[in-house]
Amino acid sequence: MIRDPENEQMSRGNLEKLQLERLKAQVAYVAEKSPYYQRAFKEKGVKPDDIQSLKDIAKLPFTSKLDFRDNYPFGLLAVPMDKVVRFHSSSGTTGKPVIAPYTQKDIDIWSEVMARTLATAGVTKDDVLQNSYGYGLFTGGLGFHYGAECLGAAVIPTSGGNTKRQILLMQDLGTTVITCTPSYALILNETALEMGVDLRESKLRVGVLGAEPWSDQMRDDIEGKMGISAINIYGLTEIIGPGVSTECPYQCGMHIAEDHFLAEIINPNTGEPLPYGETGELVLTTLTKQAQPVIRFRTKDITSLNPEPCECGRTHVRMSRITGRTDDMLVVKGVNVFPSQIESVLLDVEGVEPHYMIVVDRQEGFKSDTIEIWVEVSEDIFSDEMSKMEGLEAKLRAEMDSVLAIAAKIKLVEPRTIARTEGKAKRVFDRSEL
Amino acid sequence: MRVEQISVFVENHPGRLVAILEALEEAQINIRALSISESGEFGIVRMILPHAEKSQESLREAGFTTRIDTILSYSMPDVSGGLLNNVVRPLSDSGVNLKYFYAYTDPATDQAMVVLKPDDLDRAEEILKSL
Repeated sequence: MIRDPENEQMSRGNLEKLQLERLKAQVAYVAEKSPYYQRAFKEKGVKPDDIQSLKDIAKLPFTSKLDFRDNYPFGLLAVPMDKVVRFHSSSGTTGKPVIAPYTQKDIDIWSEVMARTLATAGVTKDDVLQNSYGYGLFTGGLGFHYGAECLGAAVIPTSGGNTKRQILLMQDLGTTVITCTPSYALILNETALEMGVDLRESKLRVGVLGAEPWSDQMRDDIEGKMGISAINIYGLTEIIGPGVSTECPYQCGMHIAEDHFLAEIINPNTGEPLPYGETGELVLTTLTKQAQPVIRFRTKDITSLNPEPCECGRTHVRMSRITGRTDDMLVVKGVNVFPSQIESVLLDVEGVEPHYMIVVDRQEGFKSDTIEIWVEVSEDIFSDEMSKMEGLEAKLRAEMDSVLAIAAKIKLVEPRTIARTEGKAKRVFDRSEL
Repeated sequence: MRVEQISVFVENHPGRLVAILEALEEAQINIRALSISESGEFGIVRMILPHAEKSQESLREAGFTTRIDTILSYSMPDVSGGLLNNVVRPLSDSGVNLKYFYAYTDPATDQAMVVLKPDDLDRAEEILKSL
């Protein structure tokens, strides 16, 4: 069901008019209220009056995660503290956390875009929604909670953890919608099976999943094992939390709430805006925020935008599943390469994701750059027959060539060759940085 | 007769075979037969030894990727034409193809042993038994 047809089905022309009007207002607002943006605009030599069309957004400075860090905790705040009604925060795993302050109006808009997100995912007020996103500082828990209440669904605020109790509640209260991370959905399913419960036979019908990177293969896995429609959502603490974009049941990209968030795609190397359809870094500008508006936030997430009308009837642009992070991006022979592309090839070819390492050697003038992909030979992919090992090598090489668009050398290696560090393996080794 | 063969994935550098053999020596395992198939940067070391599972454990501990396969081992007189007439021709005549094989002799018994992986294990076993 379309919750807000007036906004969600607005013609692109009218939507762009609305966006321009709101962009001008948001830019004027930060120029008046935010010392941070006053400085940033001055450095860039830009004034609110310079924004006369949506294209003029390219004149505005970018905001990066580093800017949040350097101005921690209140540097980007645009209202006095008596207007703030709540704080959320990112986990801060990559340094100082990002503080997200909200006014009452921000909370109301957030609740509305979250209600819209749930409705887009196919949730109605008749649903029983179990919210297993963590409650607290993390935006996921309360964001979904307020959105579900705004929609009128019955919320079970389980938060994360205590998985057995989650399964019991799911059965006893007749949960129809689960909201959690994709990996927690799989944990819920495993625990259910251990308890002798087959979730495919339960009332569960929709999962609204996000807050971590996942793949279409993982979606297929979750849908098959749990008997649900698994909907991908996207959001960021810096912008608002969840509610930035979500899939509809057609699962063909995530509709961005464009009446509140303006999306651009840029070339991550040059910062130049890219046209619709091209893959690059997602940049988001808030259009209606009060406490902490953000201008041209560089998400570091790699995606593309599709403005074609969707079968669901919504006109809001769809962003494709995030295919990588600019942090992980390598430029080899002038081509952008993401570890996530390499992972997907390994998963496609072998059905398992072996440990791997990318070894690049970049030379001046990039013509003689080389990229090697070292794939650990695990017992799953090892054969006693040389023809099968050579066949594996050839198949990986062919698939990598077509996905990466540059020739990569495949090297099959022993397990000990690839160093393991705690948690994450170091995936990229750059010889030219030695 | 069916035997268990252990295969080990190995990178083609000096010292890697040493590491395999050291792991087996430490476990006091004696190798009966060994072959190496190589392809540029890596190879497959295949071995027949007593206690395949125990060997696999030692090699895994030493960090190697291994596998155990059931293949055929066949004993024949160590004479000229022995391999041809006792193994290769009968299989060839029946259309059985060999994926790989290796052989060794035992001077104490005047017997030669051949270790082979046919494309059709049951069929090859039947043919060799019937000789």
